Amino acid sequence: MAEMRQPIESGVPDHEPFLHPAFKKNYGQWKYHDRPRVGVLHHVAKSGDEVWTVRCGTSRQMDHYTVRTLCDVADKFCGGFLRFTSRSNVEFTVTDQSQVDPLIAELTKHGFPVGGTGPSVTMISHTQGWLHCDIPGTDASGVVKSLMDELYEEFTHEEMPNRVKLTTSCCEINCGGQGDIAIIVQHTKPPKINHELVANACERPTVVARCPVAAIRPALVNGKPSLEVDEKKCICCGACFPPCPPMQINDPEHSKIAIWVGGKHSNARIRPQFHKLVAAGLPNNAPRWPEVGAVVKKILSVYKEDARSWERLSDWVERIGWPQFFEKTGLPFTKYLIDDWRGSRSSLNASTHIRF
Amino acid sequence: MAKKMHDTPNLDELEKGPWPSFVTGLKRLAKDNDMMVDLMGQLETSYKTKKGYWKGGTVGVVGYGGGVIPRFTELKDEHEQPLFPAAAAFHTLRIMPPPGMHYDTKTLRQFCDIWQKYGSGLIAFHGQSGDIMFQGVSTENVQPCFDEMNEMGFDLGGAGPALRTSMSCVGAARCEQSCYDEARAMRTVINAFLDEMHRPALPYKVKFKFSGCPNDCTNAVQRADIAVIGTWRDNMQTDDALAKRWFAKHGMNELVNDVVSRCPTKAITLKKTSEVSKGAKISSVAIDDTQSLEISNGDCVRCMHCVNVMTGALAPGNDKGVTILVGGKRTLKIGDLMGTVVIPFMKLESDEDFDALVEFGQNHIDFFAENALEHERSGEMIERIGLVNYLEGVGLEIEPSMIVHPRTNPYVRMDGWDEEVEKWNERQASKTA
Repeated sequence: MAEMRQPIESGVPDHEPFLHPAFKKNYGQWKYHDRPRVGVLHHVAKSGDEVWTVRCGTSRQMDHYTVRTLCDVADKFCGGFLRFTSRSNVEFTVTDQSQVDPLIAELTKHGFPVGGTGPSVTMISHTQGWLHCDIPGTDASGVVKSLMDELYEEFTHEEMPNRVKLTTSCCEINCGGQGDIAIIVQHTKPPKINHELVANACERPTVVARCPVAAIRPALVNGKPSLEVDEKKCICCGACFPPCPPMQINDPEHSKIAIWVGGKHSNARIRPQFHKLVAAGLPNNAPRWPEVGAVVKKILSVYKEDARSWERLSDWVERIGWPQFFEKTGLPFTKYLIDDWRGSRSSLNASTHIRF
Repeated sequence: MAKKMHDTPNLDELEKGPWPSFVTGLKRLAKDNDMMVDLMGQLETSYKTKKGYWKGGTVGVVGYGGGVIPRFTELKDEHEQPLFPAAAAFHTLRIMPPPGMHYDTKTLRQFCDIWQKYGSGLIAFHGQSGDIMFQGVSTENVQPCFDEMNEMGFDLGGAGPALRTSMSCVGAARCEQSCYDEARAMRTVINAFLDEMHRPALPYKVKFKFSGCPNDCTNAVQRADIAVIGTWRDNMQTDDALAKRWFAKHGMNELVNDVVSRCPTKAITLKKTSEVSKGAKISSVAIDDTQSLEISNGDCVRCMHCVNVMTGALAPGNDKGVTILVGGKRTLKIGDLMGTVVIPFMKLESDEDFDALVEFGQNHIDFFAENALEHERSGEMIERIGLVNYLEGVGLEIEPSMIVHPRTNPYVRMDGWDEEVEKWNERQASKTA
């Protein structure tokens, strides 16, 4: 038997060999930027050097043929360099302004939408879903594809009051992250337990410890060690499912989709915000999730119409208040939107500040 | 020639519409890759039944305890045989990209060649932790595939209860708002703790993220246990020529409505240039021949808004560094937690500064390893033990910029008050000495 190869523990690679020459030359020495058109960033260095960066959207999960096409474009226009944004957009940088239009034409020819800059709806940060996750309540790539088809014009135009970042997540762990609008699976029934499998598949004390509301306890079912759930306490969060797959939380009908708004991580203007729950009970309606798309588009259209320039969704709600948010969007305000988790009283209105 | 395609009426729907379709990509791969044919069969089944069919397991590479995400199908017939055998094992390799996710095409093509040879041909740029995710490889191909990528100079990322792959923004490479060398910080810190990444032994995951300014493009504050965010502590830099150009284009309404009145701490005032105040913490910029913006830098919270609107005309100061916030994470188990400030400011320029950052990281990881409960993130641990115990544990001094406001309840035993006053006074005296 051949000797086993030990890994070279090289860690994070050096970025310098991968930098566009203009980035290497002007590293840390940039002066300002502007946006000559949607999808294009123009950066000027203190040295006077100028670069134009064209941003395009991708499907994130890409076949190697598509990656090779992106490489062809980078070879043709950018000296063989490109970079990805954290939201799976690709950025191509040129040092000659006259190359911008041909570059855009080339990307467009290959079907890559150019945009996602400034006050647009950029690509949705998302997760794995049915394609690869072991605990998903829904798909990720398909939801994103369906939504981005609907929002295509908002990606390729800068017509929003400020930038809009969307996320999707296939369970309440919310790997997609915080967003101006976040689309997240919300289970509505306690897990169905396959008692035959619990003893072999699950470390029971671990599962008991994972429950945020102490609703799970060890039990003997049909003579076998298993677990039981106090269904009156259960908040259907799904935390027990990853350590114990027989605690089946995913349900084709009862795993619903919820919409959250107003998350942002930037410190600009108001502090970073968590997104807030504003709609739920939407069906997990593959392959196109039209009900989800309708709510997202409704919220976006009201925000687009009503918010002032530079207001992120959270800034807008901060100004108009939640009563007007629900009034203008037509979304129902139900008792489930009033928080009762720990620390929740700080989310209640402890004043007479009320907009009439 | 690959096996016959399964009928995929649901997935076919996702080929319609203008946005690039991942399904079209899957089909392209399936033409000569049986694994992708069967992957599409399983995915179509999920679309029909609305259920997922992957379970985890144990797959890895020699020498490492993590970094491969094992996936085995649960879709089996009555004889326990997989319904989609060519995709019965469909593991992911997490590979750490260069900071800032910059690439050259030679490297990307080499990845494509290796992945075409050993895997499904499907690549996600990038996962939410920041890895390149090579999705879909059989158990036996994991090792040779990793070996070839490793020989290229790339290494596996994190998974499980371990240090995770990190992320930095585009930063100094192409952004005027960058306040430190994000890429260097990310490499220096992560590469100092590779043992914690590759041999998972912590109570739960630990994530560092590196954003060059308070716009926080890597979303560090909400998803990193340790968020390293660029900032500055001297006066904002200004440029009259760029400010005048901005004003000529945008006018007074936008200046007032979009810049002055959007400052969260009302630190900006519009003045006649001749009446601009003098003072160590005042900076100003002329917007035309007679008027200026006056900025009270002592009141400015470095939110970035005016800098974002008037790029270059207003800019971060010269005395740059980072603010470090600890404990960000999402929902499970106790609810969402933002990171909170534990180091209001530290310089990040000299080798010694970077050493100090690594030392803080080490102190944090050691304290976390020692004190967190199983499956408890840093933020949950701090929630449980209180910030002061954490600070004492990692050797940091308290600062008023760590809080939004002081305590509003009297439920604390305070017979050590006089000693604490003494400590505070000594620290203040040593600062001014």
